[in-house]
Amino acid sequence: MKRLILNATFAAGLSLAAVCVSHVAVAQTVELRTEREAAPMAEDPALEARLVDISQELRCLVCQNESLASSQAELADDLRQEVRALIRAGKSDQDIKDFLVARYGDFVLYRPEVKPLTWVLWFGPFVLLLIAAIGLGVYLRQRRALAVPAALSDEARERAKQLLKG
Amino acid sequence: MKKVLIPLVLFMGLVVFLAVGLKRDPREIPSPLIGKPAPHFTLFTLDPGDAKFSPIDMQGQVWMLNVWATWCVACREEHPVLVAFAEKNQVPIVGLSYKEIQPQDPAYKSPFDEKLQLARERSQVWLKRHGNPYVTSVMDLDGRVGINYGVYGVPETYVIDKAGVIRYKFVGAVTPALLAEKILPLMAELKKS
Repeated sequence: MKRLILNATFAAGLSLAAVCVSHVAVAQTVELRTEREAAPMAEDPALEARLVDISQELRCLVCQNESLASSQAELADDLRQEVRALIRAGKSDQDIKDFLVARYGDFVLYRPEVKPLTWVLWFGPFVLLLIAAIGLGVYLRQRRALAVPAALSDEARERAKQLLKG
Repeated sequence: MKKVLIPLVLFMGLVVFLAVGLKRDPREIPSPLIGKPAPHFTLFTLDPGDAKFSPIDMQGQVWMLNVWATWCVACREEHPVLVAFAEKNQVPIVGLSYKEIQPQDPAYKSPFDEKLQLARERSQVWLKRHGNPYVTSVMDLDGRVGINYGVYGVPETYVIDKAGVIRYKFVGAVTPALLAEKILPLMAELKKS
Protein backbone atom coordinates (compact mmCIF):
# COMPACT_ATOMS: atom_id res chain seq x y z
CA MET A 1 0.00 0.00 0.00
CA LYS A 2 2.62 2.47 1.15
CA ARG A 3 4.85 1.24 -1.64
CA LEU A 4 2.13 1.89 -4.16
CA ILE A 5 1.59 5.45 -3.03
CA LEU A 6 5.32 6.05 -3.07
CA ASN A 7 5.50 4.73 -6.60
CA ALA A 8 2.57 6.90 -7.63
CA THR A 9 4.15 9.96 -6.09
CA PHE A 10 7.41 9.23 -7.84
CA ALA A 11 5.72 8.76 -11.22
CA ALA A 12 3.70 11.93 -10.77
CA GLY A 13 6.84 13.86 -9.88
CA LEU A 14 8.56 12.48 -12.92
CA SER A 15 5.68 13.48 -15.22
CA LEU A 16 5.64 16.95 -13.70
CA ALA A 17 9.35 17.27 -14.36
CA ALA A 18 8.73 16.17 -17.95
CA VAL A 19 6.05 18.84 -18.35
CA CYS A 20 8.44 21.50 -17.05
CA VAL A 21 11.23 20.37 -19.34
CA SER A 22 8.97 20.40 -22.39
CA HIS A 23 7.92 23.96 -21.54
CA VAL A 24 11.50 25.07 -21.29
CA ALA A 25 12.26 23.43 -24.63
CA VAL A 26 9.38 25.28 -26.27
CA ALA A 27 10.50 28.57 -24.81
CA GLN A 28 13.94 28.03 -26.26
CA THR A 29 12.90 27.08 -29.75
CA VAL A 30 10.23 29.70 -30.26
CA GLU A 31 11.02 32.08 -33.02
CA LEU A 32 11.20 35.85 -32.92
CA ARG A 33 13.45 35.62 -29.93
CA THR A 34 16.61 37.60 -30.17
CA GLU A 35 19.08 38.34 -27.45
CA ARG A 36 19.94 41.97 -27.26
CA GLU A 37 21.20 44.40 -24.73
CA ALA A 38 18.71 46.10 -22.49
CA ALA A 39 17.19 49.19 -24.04
CA PRO A 40 18.54 52.42 -22.60
CA MET A 41 16.35 54.09 -20.03
CA ALA A 42 13.86 56.39 -21.66
CA GLU A 43 13.78 60.01 -20.72
CA ASP A 44 10.62 59.80 -18.65
CA PRO A 45 11.18 57.83 -15.42
CA ALA A 46 7.53 58.10 -14.30
CA LEU A 47 6.36 56.59 -17.57
CA GLU A 48 8.96 53.81 -17.31
CA ALA A 49 7.90 53.05 -13.76
CA ARG A 50 4.29 52.68 -14.84
CA LEU A 51 5.36 50.59 -17.80
CA VAL A 52 7.22 48.20 -15.48
CA ASP A 53 4.25 48.14 -13.12
CA ILE A 54 1.82 47.19 -15.85
CA SER A 55 4.05 44.86 -17.78
CA GLN A 56 4.93 42.80 -14.72
CA GLU A 57 1.31 41.72 -14.75
CA LEU A 58 1.47 40.74 -18.40
CA ARG A 59 2.84 37.59 -19.96
CA CYS A 60 5.28 37.57 -22.83
CA LEU A 61 3.56 35.61 -25.59
CA VAL A 62 6.82 34.28 -26.95
CA CYS A 63 8.57 33.00 -23.83
CA GLN A 64 5.34 32.42 -21.91
CA ASN A 65 7.01 32.00 -18.53
CA GLU A 66 8.46 35.47 -18.51
CA SER A 67 6.63 38.69 -17.87
CA LEU A 68 6.47 41.40 -20.46
CA ALA A 69 8.65 43.49 -18.17
CA SER A 70 11.56 41.05 -18.11
CA SER A 71 11.38 39.46 -21.54
CA GLN A 72 14.04 40.19 -24.14
CA ALA A 73 11.97 38.78 -26.99
CA GLU A 74 11.43 41.11 -29.89
CA LEU A 75 7.66 40.92 -29.65
CA ALA A 76 7.87 41.89 -25.97
CA ASP A 77 9.90 44.91 -26.99
CA ASP A 78 7.25 45.89 -29.54
CA LEU A 79 4.47 45.38 -27.02
CA ARG A 80 6.29 47.50 -24.45
CA GLN A 81 6.50 50.24 -27.08
CA GLU A 82 2.77 49.87 -27.64
CA VAL A 83 2.11 50.10 -23.88
CA ARG A 84 4.33 53.21 -23.68
CA ALA A 85 2.28 54.83 -26.44
CA LEU A 86 -0.95 53.97 -24.60
CA ILE A 87 0.38 55.43 -21.34
CA ARG A 88 1.33 58.62 -23.18
CA ALA A 89 -2.17 58.73 -24.64
CA GLY A 90 -3.47 58.85 -21.07
CA LYS A 91 -5.02 55.38 -20.94
CA SER A 92 -5.71 53.73 -17.60
CA ASP A 93 -4.07 50.46 -16.55
CA GLN A 94 -7.35 48.66 -17.17
CA ASP A 95 -7.62 50.16 -20.68
CA ILE A 96 -4.11 48.93 -21.48
CA LYS A 97 -4.82 45.44 -20.20
CA ASP A 98 -8.07 45.37 -22.17
CA PHE A 99 -6.13 46.41 -25.28
CA LEU A 100 -3.84 43.39 -24.98
CA VAL A 101 -6.56 40.96 -23.93
CA ALA A 102 -8.59 41.95 -27.01
CA ARG A 103 -5.65 40.87 -29.19
CA TYR A 104 -4.00 38.02 -27.34
CA GLY A 105 -6.71 36.73 -25.01
CA ASP A 106 -6.80 36.20 -21.24
CA PHE A 107 -3.55 34.30 -21.58
CA VAL A 108 -1.56 37.57 -21.46
CA LEU A 109 -2.77 38.28 -17.94
CA TYR A 110 -0.82 36.66 -15.14
CA ARG A 111 -3.84 37.34 -12.97
CA PRO A 112 -6.81 36.48 -15.19
CA GLU A 113 -10.14 38.06 -14.41
CA VAL A 114 -12.54 36.06 -12.28
CA LYS A 115 -15.36 35.03 -14.61
CA PRO A 116 -17.19 31.78 -15.38
CA LEU A 117 -14.51 30.71 -17.86
CA THR A 118 -11.76 31.06 -15.27
CA TRP A 119 -13.64 29.71 -12.25
CA VAL A 120 -11.95 26.34 -12.49
CA LEU A 121 -8.59 28.08 -12.54
CA TRP A 122 -9.34 30.26 -9.54
CA PHE A 123 -11.37 27.95 -7.36
CA GLY A 124 -10.30 24.50 -8.59
CA PRO A 125 -7.40 24.16 -6.15
CA PHE A 126 -9.60 25.08 -3.19
CA VAL A 127 -12.27 22.62 -4.29
CA LEU A 128 -9.61 19.90 -4.54
CA LEU A 129 -8.30 20.85 -1.09
CA LEU A 130 -11.83 20.64 0.32
CA ILE A 131 -12.38 17.21 -1.26
CA ALA A 132 -9.05 16.03 0.14
CA ALA A 133 -9.92 17.36 3.62
CA ILE A 134 -13.32 15.64 3.56
CA GLY A 135 -11.64 12.42 2.39
CA LEU A 136 -9.12 12.63 5.19
CA GLY A 137 -11.86 13.26 7.76
CA VAL A 138 -13.87 10.27 6.57
CA TYR A 139 -10.78 8.09 6.54
CA LEU A 140 -9.74 9.07 10.07
CA ARG A 141 -13.25 8.51 11.41
CA GLN A 142 -13.38 5.06 9.84
CA ARG A 143 -10.01 4.21 11.30
CA ARG A 144 -11.06 5.28 14.76
CA ALA A 145 -14.14 3.11 14.51
CA LEU A 146 -12.00 0.16 13.46
CA ALA A 147 -9.55 0.50 16.34
CA VAL A 148 -10.22 -2.25 18.89
CA PRO A 149 -9.68 -1.22 22.50
CA ALA A 150 -6.75 -3.14 23.90
CA ALA A 151 -8.04 -6.15 25.75
CA LEU A 152 -6.03 -6.46 28.94
CA SER A 153 -6.83 -9.01 31.50
CA ASP A 154 -6.87 -7.90 35.13
CA GLU A 155 -3.91 -10.09 35.70
CA ALA A 156 -1.88 -8.40 32.98
CA ARG A 157 -2.88 -4.95 34.22
CA GLU A 158 -1.69 -5.86 37.68
CA ARG A 159 1.61 -7.04 36.27
CA ALA A 160 2.06 -3.87 34.30
CA LYS A 161 1.47 -1.80 37.43
CA GLN A 162 4.05 -3.82 39.24
CA LEU A 163 6.54 -3.34 36.46
CA LEU A 164 5.94 0.40 36.28
CA LYS A 165 6.42 0.78 39.99
CA GLY A 166 9.79 -0.87 39.44
CA MET B 1 -8.58 -4.90 -2.62
CA LYS B 2 -10.34 -1.58 -2.16
CA LYS B 3 -7.22 -0.19 -0.53
CA VAL B 4 -5.20 -0.83 -3.64
CA LEU B 5 -7.90 0.15 -6.08
CA ILE B 6 -8.61 3.67 -4.85
CA PRO B 7 -5.04 4.98 -5.10
CA LEU B 8 -4.66 3.17 -8.39
CA VAL B 9 -7.74 4.86 -9.86
CA LEU B 10 -6.58 8.23 -8.52
CA PHE B 11 -3.15 7.65 -10.00
CA MET B 12 -4.59 6.68 -13.37
CA GLY B 13 -6.65 9.87 -13.33
CA LEU B 14 -3.51 11.87 -12.65
CA VAL B 15 -1.68 10.09 -15.47
CA VAL B 16 -4.50 10.89 -17.91
CA PHE B 17 -4.40 14.57 -16.94
CA LEU B 18 -0.63 14.75 -17.28
CA ALA B 19 -0.62 12.83 -20.56
CA VAL B 20 -3.18 15.22 -22.06
CA GLY B 21 -1.20 18.15 -20.67
CA LEU B 22 2.00 16.87 -22.26
CA LYS B 23 0.40 16.53 -25.66
CA ARG B 24 -1.05 20.02 -25.71
CA ASP B 25 0.99 22.64 -27.47
CA PRO B 26 1.56 25.55 -25.08
CA ARG B 27 2.00 27.81 -28.11
CA GLU B 28 -1.57 27.17 -29.19
CA ILE B 29 -3.37 30.08 -27.63
CA PRO B 30 -7.01 30.52 -28.59
CA SER B 31 -7.35 33.84 -30.37
CA PRO B 32 -9.96 36.21 -28.99
CA LEU B 33 -10.28 37.64 -32.51
CA ILE B 34 -12.23 34.71 -33.90
CA GLY B 35 -15.75 35.85 -34.68
CA LYS B 36 -14.64 39.49 -34.60
CA PRO B 37 -14.13 41.84 -37.56
CA ALA B 38 -10.61 41.72 -38.99
CA PRO B 39 -8.77 44.80 -37.65
CA HIS B 40 -8.58 47.58 -40.18
CA PHE B 41 -5.28 48.63 -41.72
CA THR B 42 -3.94 50.40 -44.78
CA LEU B 43 -0.46 49.35 -45.84
CA PHE B 44 1.84 49.62 -48.84
CA THR B 45 1.97 46.53 -50.97
CA LEU B 46 4.94 44.62 -52.28
CA ASP B 47 4.74 46.33 -55.66
CA PRO B 48 6.78 49.47 -56.21
CA GLY B 49 4.78 52.67 -56.07
CA ASP B 50 2.22 54.02 -53.67
CA ALA B 51 -0.47 51.37 -54.09
CA LYS B 52 -2.03 50.45 -50.76
CA PHE B 53 -4.15 47.59 -49.58
CA SER B 54 -6.84 47.44 -46.95
CA PRO B 55 -8.99 44.47 -45.81
CA ILE B 56 -12.02 46.36 -47.12
CA ASP B 57 -10.70 45.65 -50.62
CA MET B 58 -11.52 41.99 -50.06
CA GLN B 59 -15.11 42.55 -48.95
CA GLY B 60 -17.49 40.03 -50.51
CA GLN B 61 -14.75 37.42 -50.82
CA VAL B 62 -13.63 34.63 -48.55
CA TRP B 63 -9.88 35.01 -48.21
CA MET B 64 -6.82 34.02 -46.27
CA LEU B 65 -4.30 36.29 -44.59
CA ASN B 66 -0.89 34.68 -44.25
CA VAL B 67 1.77 36.28 -42.05
CA TRP B 68 5.26 35.64 -43.39
CA ALA B 69 8.81 36.98 -43.69
CA THR B 70 11.91 36.01 -45.64
CA TRP B 71 13.83 35.48 -42.37
CA CYS B 72 11.21 33.07 -41.06
CA VAL B 73 12.45 29.50 -41.20
CA ALA B 74 9.08 27.80 -40.76
CA CYS B 75 7.73 29.88 -43.66
CA ARG B 76 10.16 28.13 -45.97
CA GLU B 77 8.61 24.85 -45.01
CA GLU B 78 5.09 26.21 -45.35
CA HIS B 79 5.58 28.10 -48.58
CA PRO B 80 5.45 25.28 -51.17
CA VAL B 81 2.28 24.03 -49.47
CA LEU B 82 0.66 27.45 -49.90
CA VAL B 83 1.85 27.79 -53.49
CA ALA B 84 0.31 24.44 -54.43
CA PHE B 85 -2.87 25.27 -52.53
CA ALA B 86 -3.32 28.65 -54.21
CA GLU B 87 -2.72 27.16 -57.66
CA LYS B 88 -5.12 24.31 -57.20
CA ASN B 89 -7.99 26.00 -55.38
CA GLN B 90 -8.05 29.55 -56.68
CA VAL B 91 -8.28 30.86 -53.15
CA PRO B 92 -7.20 34.47 -52.64
CA ILE B 93 -4.32 34.59 -50.18
CA VAL B 94 -3.05 37.95 -49.01
CA GLY B 95 0.46 37.99 -47.56
CA LEU B 96 1.36 40.12 -44.56
CA SER B 97 5.11 40.63 -44.65
CA TYR B 98 5.84 40.91 -40.94
CA LYS B 99 8.81 43.02 -39.81
CA GLU B 100 10.92 42.12 -42.81
CA ILE B 101 13.78 44.28 -41.53
CA GLN B 102 14.69 42.90 -38.12
CA PRO B 103 16.13 45.02 -35.27
CA GLN B 104 19.55 43.37 -35.58
CA ASP B 105 19.64 44.39 -39.26
CA PRO B 106 21.89 47.41 -39.95
CA ALA B 107 19.08 48.84 -42.09
CA TYR B 108 16.63 48.78 -39.15
CA LYS B 109 17.23 52.40 -38.26
CA SER B 110 17.15 53.69 -41.85
CA PRO B 111 14.40 56.08 -42.91
CA PHE B 112 11.03 54.51 -43.70
CA ASP B 113 11.32 54.84 -47.49
CA GLU B 114 14.66 53.08 -47.60
CA LYS B 115 13.43 50.32 -45.32
CA LEU B 116 10.34 49.87 -47.45
CA GLN B 117 12.36 49.62 -50.62
CA LEU B 118 14.82 47.15 -49.13
CA ALA B 119 12.01 45.02 -47.68
CA ARG B 120 10.22 45.00 -51.03
CA GLU B 121 13.38 43.95 -52.87
CA ARG B 122 14.15 41.14 -50.45
CA SER B 123 10.58 39.88 -50.49
CA GLN B 124 10.37 39.99 -54.30
CA VAL B 125 13.59 38.00 -54.67
CA TRP B 126 12.42 35.47 -52.13
CA LEU B 127 9.01 35.05 -53.78
CA LYS B 128 10.63 34.69 -57.19
CA ARG B 129 12.75 31.86 -55.87
CA HIS B 130 10.10 30.06 -53.81
CA GLY B 131 6.95 30.87 -55.80
CA ASN B 132 4.27 33.43 -55.07
CA PRO B 133 0.93 32.22 -53.68
CA TYR B 134 -0.28 35.72 -52.83
CA VAL B 135 -2.71 37.90 -54.75
CA THR B 136 -0.92 40.73 -53.01
CA SER B 137 1.39 41.09 -50.06
CA VAL B 138 1.38 44.03 -47.70
CA MET B 139 4.38 45.42 -45.86
CA ASP B 140 3.98 45.58 -42.09
CA LEU B 141 7.41 47.00 -41.41
CA ASP B 142 7.00 47.93 -37.75
CA GLY B 143 4.77 44.98 -36.87
CA ARG B 144 1.95 47.12 -35.52
CA VAL B 145 -0.66 45.57 -37.76
CA GLY B 146 0.68 42.24 -36.52
CA ILE B 147 -0.02 43.33 -32.95
CA ASN B 148 -3.60 44.25 -33.88
CA TYR B 149 -4.04 40.76 -35.26
CA GLY B 150 -2.48 39.18 -32.18
CA VAL B 151 0.49 37.81 -34.10
CA TYR B 152 3.10 36.29 -31.79
CA GLY B 153 4.96 33.91 -34.07
CA VAL B 154 5.46 33.70 -37.81
CA PRO B 155 3.89 32.10 -39.84
CA GLU B 156 0.27 32.60 -38.89
CA THR B 157 -2.78 32.13 -41.08
CA TYR B 158 -6.25 33.64 -40.82
CA VAL B 159 -9.45 32.84 -42.69
CA ILE B 160 -11.67 35.88 -43.17
CA ASP B 161 -15.24 35.71 -44.47
CA LYS B 162 -17.19 37.89 -46.93
CA ALA B 163 -18.23 40.33 -44.23
CA GLY B 164 -14.64 40.74 -43.08
CA VAL B 165 -14.99 38.61 -39.92
CA ILE B 166 -12.09 36.41 -38.80
CA ARG B 167 -13.33 32.83 -38.74
CA TYR B 168 -10.18 30.82 -38.12
CA LYS B 169 -6.62 31.29 -37.03
CA PHE B 170 -3.68 28.94 -37.19
CA VAL B 171 -0.25 29.53 -35.68
CA GLY B 172 2.66 27.73 -37.31
CA ALA B 173 3.30 26.23 -40.72
CA VAL B 174 0.10 24.98 -42.38
CA THR B 175 0.19 21.42 -43.68
CA PRO B 176 -1.57 19.95 -46.73
CA ALA B 177 -3.73 17.92 -44.32
CA LEU B 178 -4.83 20.99 -42.39
CA LEU B 179 -5.66 22.84 -45.60
CA ALA B 180 -7.61 19.94 -47.08
CA GLU B 181 -9.44 18.86 -43.94
CA LYS B 182 -10.09 22.10 -42.14
CA ILE B 183 -9.45 25.25 -44.09
CA LEU B 184 -10.85 24.28 -47.49
CA PRO B 185 -14.18 22.93 -46.15
CA LEU B 186 -14.51 26.00 -43.93
CA MET B 187 -13.90 28.32 -46.87
CA ALA B 188 -16.36 26.43 -49.05
CA GLU B 189 -18.98 26.75 -46.35
CA LEU B 190 -18.30 30.45 -45.88
CA LYS B 191 -18.56 31.00 -49.61
CA LYS B 192 -22.08 29.59 -49.65
CA SER B 193 -23.40 31.86 -46.94
